[in-house]
Amino acid sequence: MALDSRVPKGPIKDKWTDYKNKINLVNPANKRHIDVIVVGTGLAGGSAAATLAELGYNVKAFAYQDSPRRAHSIAAQGGINAAKNYQGDGDSTYRLFYDTVKGGDYRSREANVYRLAEVSANIIDQCVAQGVPFARDYGGLLDNRSFGGVLVSRTFYAKGQTGQQLLLGAYSAMNRQIARGKIEMFNRHEMLDVVIVDGKARGIIARNLITGEIERHSAHAVVIASGGYGNVYFLSTNAMGSNATAAWKIHKKGAYFANPCYTQIHPTCIPRSGDYQSKLTLMSESLRNDGRIWVPKNMDDVLAIREGRKKPTDLSEDERDYYLERRYPAFGNLVPRDVASRAAKERCDAGYGVNATGEAVYLDFASAIQRYGKEQAKIHNISNPSAEKIYELGQKIVEAKYGNLFQMYEKIVDEDPYKTPMMIYPATHYTMGGVWVDYNLMTTIPGCYCIGEANFSDHGANRLGASALMQGLADGYFVLPYTIGDYLADDIRTGKISTATKEFDEAEKAVKDRIDFFINNKGTKSVDHFHKRLGKVMWDKVGMARNEKGLKEAMAEIKAIREEFWKEVKVPGNANELNPELEKAGRVADFLELGELFAKDALVREESCGGHFREESVELDGEQKGEAKRDDENFAFVSAWEYKGEPADAVLHKEQLEFKDIELKQRSYK
Amino acid sequence: MSGILNSSIGRKFAMALSALFLMIFLLQHFIINLTSVFSADAFNNLSHFMGTNPLIQYLMQPVLIFGVIFHFVMGFVLEIRNKNARHIKYYKNNGAANSTWMSRNMIYSGLFILIFLIIHFLDFWIPEINTKYIQGDMSGLLADGETYRYFEELQHKFVPFWRVALYCLGFVFLALHLLHGFDSAFQSVGANNKYTKGLKGFGKAYAIVIPVGFIVIALFHHFNAH
Amino acid sequence: MNLTLKIWRQKDSSAKGQMVDYKVTDISEHMSFLEMMDVLNEQLVNAGEEPVAFDHDCREGICGMCSLYINGEAHGPDRGVTTCQLHMRMFKDGDTITIEPWRAAAFPVIKDLIVDRTSFERIQQAGGFISVNTSGNTQDANAIPIAKEAADKAMDAATCIGCGACVASCKNSSAMLFVGAKVSQYALLPQGQVEATERVLNMVKQMDEEGFGNCTNTGACEVECPKGISLENIARMNREYLKAAFKG
Repeated sequence: MALDSRVPKGPIKDKWTDYKNKINLVNPANKRHIDVIVVGTGLAGGSAAATLAELGYNVKAFAYQDSPRRAHSIAAQGGINAAKNYQGDGDSTYRLFYDTVKGGDYRSREANVYRLAEVSANIIDQCVAQGVPFARDYGGLLDNRSFGGVLVSRTFYAKGQTGQQLLLGAYSAMNRQIARGKIEMFNRHEMLDVVIVDGKARGIIARNLITGEIERHSAHAVVIASGGYGNVYFLSTNAMGSNATAAWKIHKKGAYFANPCYTQIHPTCIPRSGDYQSKLTLMSESLRNDGRIWVPKNMDDVLAIREGRKKPTDLSEDERDYYLERRYPAFGNLVPRDVASRAAKERCDAGYGVNATGEAVYLDFASAIQRYGKEQAKIHNISNPSAEKIYELGQKIVEAKYGNLFQMYEKIVDEDPYKTPMMIYPATHYTMGGVWVDYNLMTTIPGCYCIGEANFSDHGANRLGASALMQGLADGYFVLPYTIGDYLADDIRTGKISTATKEFDEAEKAVKDRIDFFINNKGTKSVDHFHKRLGKVMWDKVGMARNEKGLKEAMAEIKAIREEFWKEVKVPGNANELNPELEKAGRVADFLELGELFAKDALVREESCGGHFREESVELDGEQKGEAKRDDENFAFVSAWEYKGEPADAVLHKEQLEFKDIELKQRSYK
Repeated sequence: MSGILNSSIGRKFAMALSALFLMIFLLQHFIINLTSVFSADAFNNLSHFMGTNPLIQYLMQPVLIFGVIFHFVMGFVLEIRNKNARHIKYYKNNGAANSTWMSRNMIYSGLFILIFLIIHFLDFWIPEINTKYIQGDMSGLLADGETYRYFEELQHKFVPFWRVALYCLGFVFLALHLLHGFDSAFQSVGANNKYTKGLKGFGKAYAIVIPVGFIVIALFHHFNAH
Repeated sequence: MNLTLKIWRQKDSSAKGQMVDYKVTDISEHMSFLEMMDVLNEQLVNAGEEPVAFDHDCREGICGMCSLYINGEAHGPDRGVTTCQLHMRMFKDGDTITIEPWRAAAFPVIKDLIVDRTSFERIQQAGGFISVNTSGNTQDANAIPIAKEAADKAMDAATCIGCGACVASCKNSSAMLFVGAKVSQYALLPQGQVEATERVLNMVKQMDEEGFGNCTNTGACEVECPKGISLENIARMNREYLKAAFKG
């Protein structure tokens, strides 16, 4: 099947408006007869469910948590971008579009990104109307901050909890519709398969996680909004339950999976402290505005620090290697996420990691405290301030800016980051890849849509800060509710979809068989055992830097782990009860397939772009020596994979990317 | 408006209003008792006024009785409802980590105050009613027909040690009750603002000074009685 | 360190539960409390026993899923943290730790340490929203300036993560801190004024119907709240409610 992105004709700035004017609509009386299933209730799923219900569709929403409000969108800290130009600093729809495409290393679809930038301003209006308490200035107007890699202040925020507040906004809109009976909410339910009838997505099979009951749910369309697959690494900043099962199930039923190798590794996370570690905690990117990143210059000092014979503060300036400032004098500590992450890995691989695991670098605020302290002394007219006074004044400023983050760090690590530098290390954070969708956000299965982080569409090979929230809400509030009407217009005479059909029988049987297998398999190893092994292979060989040999090994190793998993996995308890181990088993089984496809995708993409770095594809000389080298001639396409059984047999379909409104350039931060 | 007492917030609002009323009454009672330390005459005159003024006897007294009964009954109703909101108790609960003993035991301090009040009624209020309304002696005079009986009776009551001890204990519990109850009443009626800090200080003072004052008065008469 | 755990085990909502003792060894002080629970569960799975079911998800203190009553306190002995942020360095080698589910009639136990908090959902469905449709044509976000102080206070109320520690800590199992925070967020913003009367009446009615107890102002909820939601929000709800009730 040839991929058709269905991007409308016409100039980029008119595409969305013209398209909306021409697509089919469903009249309000008919919407009442149409059911839509939404799987996942984060920013994308929650906003979509609420909006579809407002329009009049009957929505069934599914969440594995006990409330839609607990979806992992809630953990986003920094903010949400919107081209409002409230600061009058020259922001515009085009600029946001341009920044997003460039930030994505020219691997996203222009028309989708432009539409995203276009609706971004409406998101802020909508959220404020819902009562989202964005930060304001003393004049009572909305405040903005600037975020990594862009030249304007366009990020709206609510303290360090922007994701939480936006999700609660969407959740409140859902609650209104649940109260009206327009959304039927299924908490503690997990989708375990999609049901295809006559080539169209017509329902799902879900498990009630409390009773274990397997349920059939039918609808005229199915929307997947189940988030990213970062937990394929076992350790990530994702929630423990975040999983790829819904996305992977539709892939196995015909939806192409795009660009799985594009993963964002966030540079500033709290390092792993031991093998028991269950997840990694992100420290906001904003810390890099004032923190300086370094490791010791000499191996002796590294060992001394690891063994506790020396403290980082004992090292003089000459004994420190501020490697980002050394390698990237122009951007210094503020290089984009992917560059900062790889540089940390490079130092740690060379043996300079500063904690027991050898996977940590310092993020030092001492010079920021000095700088602010001196500045404050001047402002307060203190002549000849003592070193203590300067420190005290400077610490106050740092505390005002980052106090909550410092406190969080101290709670976790038990060290005072005002006194000793923080330790940080990169961690998997976001997955740009996902289910392939066309301009309508429909997958290659008719009637099956995919929105938010679960799809591949807007961020190319790298996502800019504060853009994930924007995309989730844009998809859910402003894009999908329109585009889905175009498809559903043909369904007004279909009537209720029956669940008493052979397609539902078969899907349910397959789901039940798999559950029975897990329960009855008398294996010897826990689910986590396999998940951790998969995570290690992914991190070591399909992590921040990849090469052909490692990727081939990874594919073979993942396959071997998968085969062992199906023989040796042990799931205690029963199928007909709340059983967290059983839930995990199903998710890990899917990760074990996805991981291999991930490696295969990385193997095929023999260029470096964004979050995907191939060691074979670097600049060999000149100013950019050693930096990532993109290959626009051969790889300016989206890899969309068709399922054929074994992940290794997946078939590649290419969607060629065209850049008519933006000139392709190399990113340089030197 | 109707059915406000059927809602949780309505109930606690009513509880707080009756509490505020009782705290005002308590202050008034305290001031009158205090005069007994300084002047038997002043005490007698005030007592006679309170005991015979129709407005006080026929309006304020029933309101007070209603207030007392309402506060107790509502207190028990709330306690039972609150107990029902948790069927299974914690195996281990560390209430001291997050709240004061007083706030957690209002029902027990309240119960002790109730016992005290019953004795107080038997001791004082019932004989009063008997004298005034059953025997019809509204004169307020002693047998000699010249001096008021109130001060004499007061001193006489504080002679037995057991009664003074019980009286003092009653006020200790009242102090504990007020230490939480004072602020709590204001919070319940929705008053939590920039004055709250000051009000809390005042509440602590009130909760200690008034009961201690009652105790001092009792001890004064116990040791000075003839 | 080595620890003894006393954990509430209950097969399902209808079963009778009991406290069961477990031993865990070699616990690092750098572990989070839930990582210690992971160690226990791995141990149980390997021994062929059913692991202890407990709610958790984000493990960074924001989703509000985790919910353990540890040594007699909601989210354990530390302040301003959820259970997932509680670290084992708060305990000593040889300690006995009791771990129980939230206890409230309105939070029935589903299994082991997992409780059903959908009563919170129904309270919010009763009025925890502003009735505005998604259209893209709402007025510009800056059309109504909102005083910074009001916006900040609304934000403080809105940080509630809905974990239920307030109910668990309250001797009356009262949900007033939770509901107070929700009512306050909207009461403080101009957008919330239109539906203010109906909202507070409906939410309080639903709260009462769910079987939560009444507030006696002990303040335990405020102390145990991982997000430091202030009692001020309960007073504000009381005001809002009384205003609305007397209006008729």
